[in-house]
Amino acid sequence: MKSLLSGNEAMALGAYHAGLSLAAAYPGTPSTEIMENLARFPGIYVEWSTNEKVALEVAMGASYGGVRALAIMKHVGLNVAADPFFAASVTGVRGGLVVICCDDPGMHSSQNEQDNRHYARFAKVPMLEPSDSQEAYSLMEWAFRISEEFDTPVLFRSTTRISHCKTVAEVAESPEIQRNRPRFVRDPHKFVMVPSNARPRHPLMEERMGKLAAYFETFPMNKVNLRDRSIGIISAGAAYQYAREVFPNASFLRLVTTYPIPESLVREFAAKVERVVVVEELDPFLEDTFKAMGMEVTGKELVPITGELNPEILEERAVAIGLLPAPKKPRAAAVAAGGFPPRPPLLCPGCPHAATSYALRRLGFYHVEPQDDASEKRGGSQYKRRGIITTSDIGCYTLAVYPPLLALDTCACMGASIGQAHGLEKAGVTNRIVSVIGDSTFLHSGITSLVDVVYNEGRGTVIILDNNTTAMTGHQGHPGTGISARGEKARRVVIEDLCRGVGVRDVNVIDAFDLPVIESTIRRCVESEEPSVIVVRGDCPLRVREKGKPLTVHVEECDRCFNCLRVGCPALSREDDNVRIDTLLCMGDRCSLCRQVCHCQAIRAKAD
Amino acid sequence: MKADILMTGVGGQGVILASDALAEIAMKAGHEVKKSDSLGMSQRGGSVVSHLRVGERVFSPMIKKGEADFLMGFERLEGARWVEYLREGGVAIVNNLAIPPLSVVGGASRYPSVSDVEEILRRRTKTIYFVPGTQIAAELGNPQVLNVLLVGFLSAFLDIDERAYIDDLSQRVPQKFLQLNLKAFARGRQEAQCGGAAKRD
Repeated sequence: MKSLLSGNEAMALGAYHAGLSLAAAYPGTPSTEIMENLARFPGIYVEWSTNEKVALEVAMGASYGGVRALAIMKHVGLNVAADPFFAASVTGVRGGLVVICCDDPGMHSSQNEQDNRHYARFAKVPMLEPSDSQEAYSLMEWAFRISEEFDTPVLFRSTTRISHCKTVAEVAESPEIQRNRPRFVRDPHKFVMVPSNARPRHPLMEERMGKLAAYFETFPMNKVNLRDRSIGIISAGAAYQYAREVFPNASFLRLVTTYPIPESLVREFAAKVERVVVVEELDPFLEDTFKAMGMEVTGKELVPITGELNPEILEERAVAIGLLPAPKKPRAAAVAAGGFPPRPPLLCPGCPHAATSYALRRLGFYHVEPQDDASEKRGGSQYKRRGIITTSDIGCYTLAVYPPLLALDTCACMGASIGQAHGLEKAGVTNRIVSVIGDSTFLHSGITSLVDVVYNEGRGTVIILDNNTTAMTGHQGHPGTGISARGEKARRVVIEDLCRGVGVRDVNVIDAFDLPVIESTIRRCVESEEPSVIVVRGDCPLRVREKGKPLTVHVEECDRCFNCLRVGCPALSREDDNVRIDTLLCMGDRCSLCRQVCHCQAIRAKAD
Repeated sequence: MKADILMTGVGGQGVILASDALAEIAMKAGHEVKKSDSLGMSQRGGSVVSHLRVGERVFSPMIKKGEADFLMGFERLEGARWVEYLREGGVAIVNNLAIPPLSVVGGASRYPSVSDVEEILRRRTKTIYFVPGTQIAAELGNPQVLNVLLVGFLSAFLDIDERAYIDDLSQRVPQKFLQLNLKAFARGRQEAQCGGAAKRD
């Protein structure tokens, strides 16, 4: 059956058809839709795990129990799951264990663009890389088979353009699905990694990688395509498609097994062409391997090491280094079309994070008096030296770093905010410090840091922005929501109880739309000598989809201070000297943040 | 048929749904199809762009600058922003709607006027359509059917049977919204075929 599938849909379907029994994941762009698709299939167990480390450990357990299991995460998620990933490489598997990681070259929605192919070499694990949805689907069965045959987890690496692009794939219509029967066979020498058991496993791992390299020499999905022999391109993943587009006549070796490298296959291909060119996104992973094999290749002098690749960049660079002739037909003249106002993503109308961000901005470094637009433009030059420092975390609320909110001072990685705030405090920085973290992120990796603050007698204030969902990635459940990956009712972990349970005595639960209470609670907590938690609770408007009565600006009462525009609400716009509220976008009295900041009371419901 | 189509707009306008539908329709009509969207952060009211490539043999899912046959902007500024992708003499279809981004709202930058946008698009092509899509969609009963209306407009330029669009909509759209969507599609197509008023050249 021909279907138009995204890579993520194809991976989910491929795994399901391959007899998957269990899948565990933590949401993260561009990987999220894999689990969302798996959750629609009957007869398998799926879960959103608290974090990627837990997800992989759950999948490992299932594999030890003999069934095929999948752990799914974005690239930085594998950093969190690195410990069990390396451990799984040592113990090996029983049922097939596949780890899907989706890299994000170009950082469409990530804090870095690390190249996770290094993890395959680092952990001594075989790696497969599809270059379109067809391969994403077909390779999944191979991944499980390889895992079982070679007693190893398999790294299945995707990138944004594989995961999110839709291409046509031929998939089985309703195949007979066979799943392994769950059964745990005790084997402490394999599963209990005390040093005396782990030592004899290491030579086995090395032996396994040798066998895999030999096996990949004849792997049917690696493809050699000989045409014009003057250039032979070796490529994999999305980069392969760009290379085919830009070098339509060149010879190609398209690898799907990118670790370990089938060396003879590569050498044979190289011998048949005059010049070997490696086209790969990000790091010179393949290039370095080929160079270590003593081959002469063109690599990073062609393709930039930074950013996402695309056919344009590849073509320009190929012309620049003389691999391609300058195009005969001159390219459409560049149109000087720059200088457009940017349109960055925003907090939505009715966002429960907006009021807290607004309050933090007022209390933070960047507060300047509303009338003083000129000093505002100078950025931080007018900051208050004694302003509160706000360490932040990964989620929608990170968008409060942009104007007009300018509320945040740090954001590094999942769960970092609380530890960073504690470190700033213990270093002796005398400003008041708060950390801001979302509900899902707090449960992912904020809890241990909060325990650290309690234990080490910090005085930090932790603001948990609880919008009752994992919003940034598209509203997945998490332990605090009481909703499972299948959208069913699950047991709910109560965040404030959890905080009290680890020893925080000053725990406050407040309304996310009540600006005065938010501000006064923050002011009180930062002065306190003991650690405090403020759970700021309000549902994400995109999930709830209920609107209140829309608000309007009674222009005759407005004194044009434009303070309401500092809330950063997309429903508010300025037309000449008037502020207008878009009634289609406004969430009305569900939110009313603009009404709360209007000192002339000019913002009200229409009739009032 | 070969058609490289770039659809652009603002998060929430239904750009990606429209390109999904068009991709599916083109595939069923027997063409090779690839599409690539910007997802994730752009859902939060940011700039959205979707590349759709239809042809005999397609490798890259992304259109190169200067090679799009069609540039369809769901919003004026977003139509102008991606002009570099349009090929010389391609077709520009712009929904005549302004959604000023925050930098404009705050007074830091200026929103381009209709004639600014026209002047920018003219550097690439003379075939420019400004469609009062949001206004028509609202008249039909719901501004949200803008995306179907624009697909209808674009359909008049593509070598795919009208029936294929209607079949796809009938499968895709819930029964109670189907009539409205079919009406929006037909109206969009009709605007392109005989609503010459929109065209500027």
